[in-house]
Amino acid sequence: MDLQLSPEEQAFRDELRRFFDSAVPPAIRAKVRREERTTKEELVAWQRILHARGWAVPHWPVEWGGTGWNAVQRYLFREELFAAGAPEPQIFNVNMLGPLLLAYGTPAQKQRFLPRAARLDDWWCQGFSEPGAGSDLAALKTSARREGDVFVVHGQKVWTSTARHADWIFLLVRTGQFAKKQEGISLLLADMRTPGITVRPIETIDGANEVNEVFFDDVRVPAENLVGEEHQGWSCAKYLLGHERVGIANVGLTKNRIRRIRELAARVRIGQGTLLDDRGFAERLALLEMELLALEITQLRAVTAHAGHESVPNATVLKITGSALQQRAAELLLEAGGPLAIPLQPAEPEEEIATPGWARMITPTYCYSRAATIYGGTNEVLRNVMARSALGL
Amino acid sequence: MQLQLTEDQRLLRDSLDRFLADRYGFEQRRAHQRQAAGYNREIWSAFAELGLLGLLLPAEQDGFGGSFVDAMVVMESFGRALVVEPYLPSLLLAGRCISLAGDAAQRARLLPGLIAGELVLAFAHAEPQARYDLADVETTARRQANGWVLDGRKSLVQAGASADWLVVSARTAGATRDANGISLFLVPRGAPGLVLRDYATHDGLHAADLRLDGLRLPADALLGAPAEALPLIERLVDGAIAGLVAELVGIMSALQALTLDHIRTRVQFGRPIGSNQVLQHRVVDMTMAIEQARSMAILAAIEADAPDPRRRRLAISTAKTVAGQAATQVARDAVQLHGGMGITLDHPVGHYFKRVAAIEASLGNGAHHLGLVAAGGGLANALP
Repeated sequence: MDLQLSPEEQAFRDELRRFFDSAVPPAIRAKVRREERTTKEELVAWQRILHARGWAVPHWPVEWGGTGWNAVQRYLFREELFAAGAPEPQIFNVNMLGPLLLAYGTPAQKQRFLPRAARLDDWWCQGFSEPGAGSDLAALKTSARREGDVFVVHGQKVWTSTARHADWIFLLVRTGQFAKKQEGISLLLADMRTPGITVRPIETIDGANEVNEVFFDDVRVPAENLVGEEHQGWSCAKYLLGHERVGIANVGLTKNRIRRIRELAARVRIGQGTLLDDRGFAERLALLEMELLALEITQLRAVTAHAGHESVPNATVLKITGSALQQRAAELLLEAGGPLAIPLQPAEPEEEIATPGWARMITPTYCYSRAATIYGGTNEVLRNVMARSALGL
Repeated sequence: MQLQLTEDQRLLRDSLDRFLADRYGFEQRRAHQRQAAGYNREIWSAFAELGLLGLLLPAEQDGFGGSFVDAMVVMESFGRALVVEPYLPSLLLAGRCISLAGDAAQRARLLPGLIAGELVLAFAHAEPQARYDLADVETTARRQANGWVLDGRKSLVQAGASADWLVVSARTAGATRDANGISLFLVPRGAPGLVLRDYATHDGLHAADLRLDGLRLPADALLGAPAEALPLIERLVDGAIAGLVAELVGIMSALQALTLDHIRTRVQFGRPIGSNQVLQHRVVDMTMAIEQARSMAILAAIEADAPDPRRRRLAISTAKTVAGQAATQVARDAVQLHGGMGITLDHPVGHYFKRVAAIEASLGNGAHHLGLVAAGGGLANALP
């Protein structure tokens, strides 16, 4: 066994580093390092930079703009991207819509949507959850009634991230009533400018309003925008949730957060030294780093496994452990901030207050970190799934 | 980057697991423990036949070569079966010590016997006052005409009373906790002036306290260069910790299997207790803990003999801390989920539990190793 990169892998990583070093716009890098939210314009600009380099959608097939990289290379790309302070590519376009259409789309749908999605010419959002369908997604009620060559969609989606920016939405709708609720679900693509769609932002505890409610009031969606078979949308959804789990542990994000904690703690004076000299704090931080290293190796074991290998850690292990460590890091960030974490920074710079600007994202980061164990399947539901599928309980 | 077992390593594991399934069931293990030494010399010979006792010893010393990843495979299987034979002190500590520091005559005297399963070796370094400070050696060795005289005490020497030879550390220079001045000596069982007091440990093994009372040794008992043994001792202990971490992984997987079996079959209120979500989640969390510990065993195996001691120590301290924490969680929950059975000696789960506690307390507990890493500025991306 060997944890060192091979010479080829090292050369590949160096190539990634050289690119990220020069290609990430400094203003974006600074924001990402502080975990401030990037704007739509910034993300689009960054995606265009990646696209120009040929790295917009590394894991798509080469004919659709992919790179043909193996799992280790895709892993390194993600790690170096985080290490360089580059924003994560827009996941709904890159990790969801793309794989979805590649697996289930018609040739016309692929041709129409994939190239634009890769360049972020269209901004996509995901309409899955509903007020009555969270973990129990198949309980969704938003209906789509077939009328000739259109579906008439009526209902409500919720927790729709970035819906306000979105040009398009891929959504699950109920097209029929069958004995099993998983049957009769279909997947549609809808233009967000279609009459009858209303977006209402939801304010979240981190002070942002990235998530939204989306209302559909008899929205007419052309039947050609049905993905896969009518009533078979559930298999699309399941496929998506099991797709491309390389980044699911979010090790890079937590590493970035730990780097912030170290920087911040070095500025906090305690007695003759800094917070880093405080034994209790130093031990909590070191333990977090150790467990993150363990997770990184666990993730590498999954990335480097080939079919037929035994004891491959599954994606759920990575998600549950990874989200817990993200939250631990956020808690330590809050601890490091101390009273600096309390003020809500004024929006206008001229109203400057005594608390330094670099502390402004501490509490929002802490607050939003709670979402990590909720989205993508709550950790409790994931444990239920593991108990059933992996342990046979 | 390569993090999978090789075909040979899988074969090694499978043949060892088959052997242990056949010869090391729970009741058979009790019989092994009842032997005078506290373990079974026949099993020891069988380990030699399986090629386990020449592992980590180079081919030019008639060993089978092998890496710490091979040793990890062996120790994990030993953990699953709760093996009590003194593999760790004989091979990973004393045997490796002789292999690395011994001269040709010393190696020829002891290594073939170890590899053949005819000898058991022990490593007598720890002292009652030392806790986890490897430099804390009060035992002294004075040079005399034609040899050495050793005086002092050693404690917690695993298999000390049954070992045919002991590697004993003693101070030839310096004050009690000085890094310099520690030397190593080869001591045969029954040497005049060596008094052994054998006792059981809570995890079902045997250890001994040693009194060295004017113990006279010939000049060629000195193992390696005088006064410079501490870096070697640290290296050996780090290798042993890598072995313990692998053993923890085996123990944890056995505990999870036992627990799964129990909650599937134990019926209360008219249904298997495993239908309760709160119990299911505990067992799922064991999987998280096992995966993290396995990754730590891999890290420890890869770095156990890293040329840079600082890097090696960081990796080993990390592995011991994280795997110890994970194993403690799994052992605690396994006992809890077994209910009353978990706290009886009639059921294996309690025996695993005690071994986890003993490993956690051995060669630096989690608090000790975490303190070392934190005081050194954390990991800060120094690894892997």
